[in-house]
Amino acid sequence: MPVLILGATSRIAQAIAAEYAAAGETLYLAARDADEAERIAADLRVRHSATATAAAFDARDFDSHPALIAAAAEAMGGIDIAIVAFGETGEQKESESDFRKALSVIEVNYTGAVSVCEALAAHMAAHATENRSGVIAGISTVAGDRGRPSNYFYGSAKGGFSLYLQGLRGRMRRHGVHVMTAKLGFVDTPMTYGLKTRIPIASPEAAARAITRGIRRRKDTLYYPRFWRFVMFAIKAIPERLFKRLSV
Amino acid sequence: MSTTVTQQLEGWGRYPRISAECVRAGSRRDLQDAIASRDGKPMLARGMGRAYGDAALLSSGITLLTERLDRILGFDADTGWLRCEAGVSIAEIVRIFLPRGFFPPVVPGTRFVSVGGALASDIHGKNHHVAGTWSSHVRNVELLKSTGEIVVCDADHESELFRATAGGQGLTGIILSMEIRLIRVESPAVEMESIRVRNLEEFFEASDAASDWPYSVGWINGLAKGNSLGRGIFMAGRHAPAGTRVKKGPLALIPRRFLSGRLLQSNLLLNGLTARMFNAAYYRKQLRRNIRRNVGVYPYFFPLDAVHRWNLMYGNRGFFQYQYVVPPDPEHRALRQTLSEISNSRTLPVLGVIKEFGPEQHGGLSFPTPGVTVALDFPNQGDRSLSLFSRLDDIVADAGGRVYLTKDARLGRDAFRRMYPDWERWKVVRDAADPDGVFQSDLSRRLGLTDAVD
Ligand SMILES: Cc1cc2nc3c(=O)[nH]c(=O)nc-3n(C[C@H](O)[C@H](O)[C@H](O)COP(=O)(O)OP(=O)(O)OC[C@H]3O[C@@H](n4cnc5c(N)ncnc54)[C@H](O)[C@@H]3O)c2cc1C
Ligand SMILES: NC(=O)c1ccc[n+]([C@@H]2O[C@H](COP(=O)([O-])OP(=O)(O)OC[C@H]3O[C@@H](n4cnc5c(N)ncnc54)[C@H](OP(=O)(O)O)[C@@H]3O)[C@@H](O)[C@H]2O)c1
Repeated sequence: MPVLILGATSRIAQAIAAEYAAAGETLYLAARDADEAERIAADLRVRHSATATAAAFDARDFDSHPALIAAAAEAMGGIDIAIVAFGETGEQKESESDFRKALSVIEVNYTGAVSVCEALAAHMAAHATENRSGVIAGISTVAGDRGRPSNYFYGSAKGGFSLYLQGLRGRMRRHGVHVMTAKLGFVDTPMTYGLKTRIPIASPEAAARAITRGIRRRKDTLYYPRFWRFVMFAIKAIPERLFKRLSV
Repeated sequence: MSTTVTQQLEGWGRYPRISAECVRAGSRRDLQDAIASRDGKPMLARGMGRAYGDAALLSSGITLLTERLDRILGFDADTGWLRCEAGVSIAEIVRIFLPRGFFPPVVPGTRFVSVGGALASDIHGKNHHVAGTWSSHVRNVELLKSTGEIVVCDADHESELFRATAGGQGLTGIILSMEIRLIRVESPAVEMESIRVRNLEEFFEASDAASDWPYSVGWINGLAKGNSLGRGIFMAGRHAPAGTRVKKGPLALIPRRFLSGRLLQSNLLLNGLTARMFNAAYYRKQLRRNIRRNVGVYPYFFPLDAVHRWNLMYGNRGFFQYQYVVPPDPEHRALRQTLSEISNSRTLPVLGVIKEFGPEQHGGLSFPTPGVTVALDFPNQGDRSLSLFSRLDDIVADAGGRVYLTKDARLGRDAFRRMYPDWERWKVVRDAADPDGVFQSDLSRRLGLTDAVD
């Protein structure tokens, strides 16, 4: 099963790639830093004797996305699984004072993610057959379930992406293409390095196992770590009049 | 901008313990970013923190954590050349390549060290007498300099910087990757012979007789005195031929279940009584004078790794390791003098290791030099420990020997300069590579390795 990973230098994406490489799958690693993606591909080749190719990819360069998807499909002889892993939290305060910063967060997490998903959807719908259907897995966040002052640019872009994936899931059903939304809580990557919290932080490897298992089981929405489903259920239940006073 | 996090850091000996500003690098670009945004602050790379003292500590400055610089970049199964990033551990190399019939050319007493740390300490193993140090098997190194520039050093290009980086304690630059040649092994088992030795004469006899074995090391009781000085067990080993079975079955080939030192964390555990009991039990464990058997690589090379974080058993005062080498001497005067000094000192030497080094000189700040090396662990007893060590420093330096900086937390500048006469030449190369003195450590400040030239 050929696997395409978009944002392959993300630590979670690297762990996902290792899971698939260990299972003998072919990989196409697309990342902004193509040299780094090549080092990751080399690692998979040595450790797992995997076939892995690296390529340059920028989530904000929308026009380039269809060609990238075509190149990946060409290189691997199709795409069975695509993981949309890239993301950018930005600095909330900077986004408030400089809209260009906010725009970057929106473009990476929402517009760029939607752009690649559209290219993927078109490709997968066109190439779906009896025995090839395809999975698109988008990595979103629990922070997209409710808007909060501390990170609402990132949260709303990711929340928008979650809604988009929900819609796409329905649309792609008749093509046999499955769409999974992975809503992650804290995972130990550069995004959370230095975060002081009592809430448990998952390892990237554990998150990767949960995501690949979710894909195997054709889950619609995956929360990982799983307790976040209940936490977010409770948070969403707080009336807005109260919620807006909470400093979270 | 790189995210920095302030955390408590310590060496394996848990002394000293400092608060350090850290950056965790996931890629070489992260390291370049950290250099670009360092804002005048000194920097130091850190691997798995297995150096005992302050070699991997930097009190004011930025510590660059390299554990996530862990990619394997290439492997040639015909020749054994492995190219990997600095944060790859020896544990990973053994886990991945032992099943393919390869083993690192040199391994320390723990597998939880990074290859970056292995090169920066220029580590030696039980095979030093035939295989030299880690750097003897490295053909090139990618080094990130304080200017942000990446240089590849090898025997021809930037060869002086290559030599200065081996054993250079992280002070020449950030090691990004290296090529190291793995050796072929036919099986994951080791043939081992152990011999009970009653004193130093018997140790040297056994060591001479085993000179054609690739691995040899002795366990030594630091409490033994007089006629028993040097009592212990001598162990020789070699990789076993294909098809060799280990006695305990296949389980011995895989890492043991970890016990945790955390369970036994206490300042009271190690005292005169337990130190004596431990040393006596170790000696008596071997009833016969001479035993031959086959064991797995894990119990043979990394016995201490069976207890995860065993250093916590020394409590929060921590401990010291005193490792030194003295040049060959038919009468072993300096060796006897140091061992007597130790056994008469009312300190508590617990785990002791003795080994004859091979003839090679490695230059720079590399520790191994021809002679015999002894390493002993001592719980931190404050002045009593420190005054013993400075008496030992004098004996060792007078004899033309030296202590291992990677294990050290307290050596003074004068003693250091006597022990490493090459240091000034090393520093000239270091200073040329890093003229602004960006790379520093608490060790380099203590020993005057990164001071402005005076
Ligand atoms: C139980 C035990 C047994 C041991 N047995 C032996 C032995 O038999 N022989 C032996 O020689 N040593 C031995 N050691 C010491 C150990 O091999 C060294 O301390 C080694 O350097 C540890 O590697 P590390 O990754 O933990 O490095 P750290 O302890 O984190 O760092 C050690 C030094 O390497 C530098 N460094 C680390 N990574 C980089 C990098 N990427 N670029 C530049 N500099 C870097 C640091 O700045 C520091 O100066 C032993 C240690 C323990 C705990
Ligand atoms: N860590 C968490 O706690 C957490 C929680 C919830 C959701 N997530 C989501 O998980 C995903 C993976 O993140 P991570 O935690 O693994 O963090 P990470 O290692 O920092 O990964 C973020 C990745 O996004 C890439 N990226 C950013 N902008 C890009 C662009 N314009 N074009 C292409 N790639 C771009 C980065 O590329 P460079 O390497 O080039 O910078 C990096 O590889 C993200 O979508 C994130 O939002 C993470």
